[in-house]
Amino acid sequence: MKDLPKPDGLVSMMDHMPPKDKGWMDTPVKIRKGMYCYASNPKSVKYLGLPYPREWSPMDDDWKLPENWKEIISEGFRERLERFRSFKIFMDVCVRCGACADKCHFFIGTGDPKNMPVLRAELLRSVYRNDFTTAGKVLGKFAGAREMTLDVLKEWWYYFFQCTECRRCSVFCPYGIDTAEITIMGRELLNLIGLNIDWIATPVANCYRTGNHLGIQPHAFKDMMDFFVDEIEDITGIRLAPSINKKGADILFITPSGDVFADPGTYTCMGYMMLFHYLKEKFGIDITWSTYASEGGNFGFFTSHETMKRLNAKMYAEAKRLGVKWILGGECGHMWRVIHQYMDTLNGPANFLEEPVSPITGTKFENAKSTKVVHIAEFTSDLIQHDKLDLDISRNDHLKVTFHDSCNPARGMGLLDEPRHVIRNVCEHFYEMPPNTIREQTFCCGSGAGLNAGEDMELRMAGGFPRANAVKYVHEKYGVNMMACICAIDRAAFPDLMSYWVPEVDITGIHELVANALILPGEKERSTDLRSEPLPGMEDEADE
Amino acid sequence: MMIEDLLEEKKSDIVERWFDAVIESYPDGTAHFLKNQKDLFANPVGSNIYSGLNALMDCLIKKHDETVIKDFLDPIIRIRAVQTMFSPSQATAFIFDLKKIIRDILKKELKNSETGDKLSSFERKIDDLGLIAFDLFMECREKIFELKANQEKTKVYRAFERAGLIVEIQED
Repeated sequence: MKDLPKPDGLVSMMDHMPPKDKGWMDTPVKIRKGMYCYASNPKSVKYLGLPYPREWSPMDDDWKLPENWKEIISEGFRERLERFRSFKIFMDVCVRCGACADKCHFFIGTGDPKNMPVLRAELLRSVYRNDFTTAGKVLGKFAGAREMTLDVLKEWWYYFFQCTECRRCSVFCPYGIDTAEITIMGRELLNLIGLNIDWIATPVANCYRTGNHLGIQPHAFKDMMDFFVDEIEDITGIRLAPSINKKGADILFITPSGDVFADPGTYTCMGYMMLFHYLKEKFGIDITWSTYASEGGNFGFFTSHETMKRLNAKMYAEAKRLGVKWILGGECGHMWRVIHQYMDTLNGPANFLEEPVSPITGTKFENAKSTKVVHIAEFTSDLIQHDKLDLDISRNDHLKVTFHDSCNPARGMGLLDEPRHVIRNVCEHFYEMPPNTIREQTFCCGSGAGLNAGEDMELRMAGGFPRANAVKYVHEKYGVNMMACICAIDRAAFPDLMSYWVPEVDITGIHELVANALILPGEKERSTDLRSEPLPGMEDEADE
Repeated sequence: MMIEDLLEEKKSDIVERWFDAVIESYPDGTAHFLKNQKDLFANPVGSNIYSGLNALMDCLIKKHDETVIKDFLDPIIRIRAVQTMFSPSQATAFIFDLKKIIRDILKKELKNSETGDKLSSFERKIDDLGLIAFDLFMECREKIFELKANQEKTKVYRAFERAGLIVEIQED
């Protein structure tokens, strides 16, 4: 008995403090459960014709890399430095001032210093210096250079898939370094040796083959729309006849498939359908859906420039086939960065389409002059501005709404005021979150850029915490119970995030709010909103 | 003098040192940020931890009930339950740091054996706090597992169900 340790001794043997960090280069990567997504399914990689499809697991020591992987990475690095001037500048110009360091939601939430944007970029820069600069070759570690090793590669993979490419850090960089582009390049290099995640690879393969991330075939897409037609009839008494794959329609509408198949995006989808019905009845405008270009999102953007180009091209091919004048785009996130910042040099200019002009108000959408894709928030805002919509905003009186600026529309195309204009005109109660969490400084949902999986839930909850913290503030201060957003990933990710941090707040797209308020010609008196929840003062009628 | 009065007198010093102890559990680069950035929205982790510890110290001194204590402890545990750099014991160890901090700060007063006895009984409350932290930590982890499980269910099942590809047995 006397050999047994005393209780005090047992406790003092335990170390309750994680080991303190050494220099970042000397702190080896530790891949933790909950922080990464599963490796890509080889079938998806193969279908896309991307290199080195294989079964592999991030937790295994052996990632089954091609023998000459270092050569492939180095050559890929060199090619990209030559091809993308911005990449070369971003590798050289950073002075490590630290302005970006504490602006990343993943750093703030996880507390992991390697999630500081400057350090994430240093993961690539250190290898760049070693392989491509004289100072790095001569001075090595003293010049911030290090050799590419298996540990470095694993560190790249772990941290480049802990970035949502939201670009909040770039807002604060005095040199304008876009760290999202560094992640994009990092992921592109990893893809050269088959190191993608499945939440990206399989949606890309599905989208390439079937037309949308979930691989929903045209007949199932049509089934869902029929289901919405029934739902809308129950609520409004009006039976819609949406145009689908209609040749010669005025406008082609493309939205993320998440709106069609995942709650609460489905209510936003019903909102679009009701708006288009209204425009057809009142102004004779024909807006068609497509079951082939049935995806606004473009996960190719998270894979490689070439893959992004292949998926983007499908939207334009369908617009050409149907012979529409221009394209109207739904409430999606990264779709808009692709269109606004890449499309013109990927597949554009789309000169076979007309320069977009609203057939109802005559407004020219100058920013879409070359890409020919108009954001629906801008389109609807313009309709409201010209007083073209009949609205009963008391039907949103049960909602106290705040607005999350979805990262890509906000920072990727400057769409800040149009969604607010729409919300303010369809809702009585609207409250902004604190200024350093909205507009250009908006905090990411923590699940973008392909990270909205189940297995990385801890990463998503920690990364989404800065956003949730601001939501909690307006919930407690103003009683906010609904957060609007204009991104399908947001609509898929936020219900989980809210459920963990602020369960009293629900999520909506802005066109669900529009359709709640929109008075369809000939409709019956509504007793519920689009979610079949009773409208204020109609609780008894809704029960019947 | 009651031990509670003594603690009230030294409260700000105790809370500062307790906060430092929590912050020191993070890597250096992070700790500096968590301690020095005071804006609630720029630094939600540091701010929530600080205000939580402050309120908890009040609760311990003023004998609040478990529900109130839970409300203040929840935000801190909720954050640390998703910070995977911590093991469960590392995530909650800060509760017990409070004992040492108080004993260090009251070193002089503790020479009086009566104060020592009173402090020992006060420390039972810190142990209770540790147990509440254990409950909260488990609640948070269970919530995470529930979200993971439902993610698969809603993603696959509901899409098929709503598209009419799953037909359930109808009532007659």
